[in-house]
Amino acid sequence: MSTETLAEIARAERGTSLWADAWLRLRRNKLALIGFAVLSLFVVIALLTPWIAPYSYQAQNLELGASPPSAQHWLGTDIFGRDLLTQILYGGRISLAVGFVATAVALLIGVTWGAIAGYAGGRVDAVMMRLVDILYALPFMIFIVLLTVVFGRNLLLLFLAIGAVEWLTMARIMRGQIQSLRQQEFVEAAISLGLSPATLIRRHLVPNALGPIIVYTTLTIPSVMLLEAFLSFLGLGVQPPQTSWGLLISYGAETMEEYPWLLVFPGLALTLTLFCLNFLGDGLRDALDVRGARD
Amino acid sequence: MALLQVEDLAVSFVTRNGINTAVDGVSFTVETGRITAIIGESGSGKSVACYSLLGLVPRPPGRIDGGRALFEGRDLLQMKETALRRIRGRDIAMIFQDPMTCLNPYMSIGRQLMEPLRYHHRVSRQAARARALELLAEVGIRDPAATIDNFPHQFSGGMRQRVMIAMALINEPRLLIADEPTTALDVTIQAQILKLIAELQRRRNIGVIFISHDLAVVADIADTIVVMQRGRVVERGEGEEIFQCARHPYTKKLLAAIPSGSKAPRTEPAEPLIRVRNLCTWFAPGRGAAPVKAVDDVSFDIQRGEVLGLVGESGSGKSTIGRSILRLVPVTSGKIDFDGIDLTALRGRELKRMRRRMQMIFQDPFASLNPRMTVYDTLAEPLLLHGIHSRKHVAQGVLRLMDDVGLARAFVRKYPHEFSGGQRQRIAIGRALATRPEFIVADEPVSALDVTIQAQILELLQALGREYGLTMLFVSHDLAVVRHLADRILVLYRGEVVERGSGDELFERPQQAYTRQLLQSIPGATRGF
Repeated sequence: MSTETLAEIARAERGTSLWADAWLRLRRNKLALIGFAVLSLFVVIALLTPWIAPYSYQAQNLELGASPPSAQHWLGTDIFGRDLLTQILYGGRISLAVGFVATAVALLIGVTWGAIAGYAGGRVDAVMMRLVDILYALPFMIFIVLLTVVFGRNLLLLFLAIGAVEWLTMARIMRGQIQSLRQQEFVEAAISLGLSPATLIRRHLVPNALGPIIVYTTLTIPSVMLLEAFLSFLGLGVQPPQTSWGLLISYGAETMEEYPWLLVFPGLALTLTLFCLNFLGDGLRDALDVRGARD
Repeated sequence: MALLQVEDLAVSFVTRNGINTAVDGVSFTVETGRITAIIGESGSGKSVACYSLLGLVPRPPGRIDGGRALFEGRDLLQMKETALRRIRGRDIAMIFQDPMTCLNPYMSIGRQLMEPLRYHHRVSRQAARARALELLAEVGIRDPAATIDNFPHQFSGGMRQRVMIAMALINEPRLLIADEPTTALDVTIQAQILKLIAELQRRRNIGVIFISHDLAVVADIADTIVVMQRGRVVERGEGEEIFQCARHPYTKKLLAAIPSGSKAPRTEPAEPLIRVRNLCTWFAPGRGAAPVKAVDDVSFDIQRGEVLGLVGESGSGKSTIGRSILRLVPVTSGKIDFDGIDLTALRGRELKRMRRRMQMIFQDPFASLNPRMTVYDTLAEPLLLHGIHSRKHVAQGVLRLMDDVGLARAFVRKYPHEFSGGQRQRIAIGRALATRPEFIVADEPVSALDVTIQAQILELLQALGREYGLTMLFVSHDLAVVRHLADRILVLYRGEVVERGSGDELFERPQQAYTRQLLQSIPGATRGF
């Protein structure tokens, strides 16, 4: 009987998951790490905003009116004399929360739904995907208005509503991926090992479909943030004095000619977030692709 | 003067890990009206050498380090891309390995055939079409007028390869480069295509470079054989010479790797492990359409410890039988007994328990391993799933499996793409053996591999079969491989068993016309390998 040295066993057991390996690879990607660090910083700031914001978000100074950046107000003030930095900080709380929560909801529903439909195939697939088609056809605005009418205006509801719309595309992408993976022999091999469908989907199919899903996720987060701005603009989302980046940008756009800083700074905050998301998304996709350079 | 004279060709690839010399001082000549075969396993540089002549090696990372390639007196390596483009497809044409991926699925074959003609010679649409019809007839497509507007998927693999050959010939090239043109085809089809190439070459008096990993394939048609290993030519000679008196050890190894001989028949008849009765597996292609009878009323037994060979061309249902037994495809009717248990009646938990006792080795080790799982994860999965090892001791089990299939322990954290085809197949074999099964279905386990690797894997399967006391269903289109390994052989044709018997019986006294046809298609059959 052969014997194994402890060192050999330790080497075999080191980092036993795709995710551990992915993290090792991600750490070598500078751009992705910077993206990750900046996003984390934004999240920390958003959490600490009530304690670090220079002014209250309700404090107005109508005499001051819109003023350009100055020593008292680093990013200037809006037409009501409210501090723009404070507004961006508070707006970030809403925008980041909407972006991440709604996308997480979409991801969870979409990936599960698409994976099940793609794996099951046949009639189950047909019924599940027709349901997706029906929801696609349903006018989004009516859906949201209905929800607001029934449940009243509520931030959590807004998150859920947006997530409930965004998952449709996610489900379609996932289904297509799973369908093509389903044909591969390694899936047959896994079935012949006796794996249950749930384990098979979780361990063999989903990890192989992650690439496009991650890319689409990084695209979904910003589009969700803009969707929130659109809803808020219509009076269905957050309302003043509460604010969000999307809302700040749409107000800023109206007064762009007189007070450009009202557009530039919220715009910068959003752009920076998007850049970081893209870097992180690209990095994650490469890190999860084991064929990428490892050493 | 030779049609093509390659001298001291050197090609390398600049990679992250340094410079990788793919072709190292290779010289060969191709004469008009003769076939030069270049033999070597994957990675030997045989394809790179030929592709670099036509500027088809991407640069970077590829780099031509030196040498000359005189085609009718002009050096191809010094030519500009625009000049090369005029030669490619007109004076020198190529046939590729996989006729499915090399044809555009969205264009009718007629349009694809006419494209090179119209590009290089600017002829009218009618003239091009007439020429295309003529050529399709020449390469043996029945009723070209009716099929010219069909799309590639409407043709079989062999017919697609014929279309590819027609496309290569349409501009009347003087040199034809065929890169493993028959590797993706069945033996019977392979024999036809080889015959076609030899015939066309004689009739048109052109030079041919035939690239292959399989010495047996080129045995019948090559005039000159060049053997390459690790970027160098290790031996060359006129066809006959190589077979009679190979000098280089590598050539001898290639010759020895051609499977031959047969296994001594077993005698002890006992209670069979597997008993298949009236198995039918039909697929419904669509609503209302007649079902495809992939397997139609097939019955056979497999004794304990026996290797049963299953041969036939693709579409004969041989893979489907293996998959039906393993319950990977739904069975339409019939009975499959495994050690007295009816497999077709099993569900859920009972089926999972049975799966531990029967496993499968797949044809393509590049597709049958999850690309995102390391060797460790792949081998640990069955061990944990069936409770063979606890989580604490699974690493030992994995390392032992790796020992058994001959993989270095240091590779345990590597991913499938970091291995060669042969090594991958070893991983796949390790996974199949992890549950200590009694029965294995090996579905063309070596047909995707190089010949020398094939011999190693077959040897490994035999050794493990003895060690583990395996009963095996060995599915292959390659009669020589099956004869080498199997105790008994079933010949399948269109879903039905047409003949059965021991290897020697089938080879020496084939009863059915189809079996005789299969036997004659074995490459090098006339040489008595």
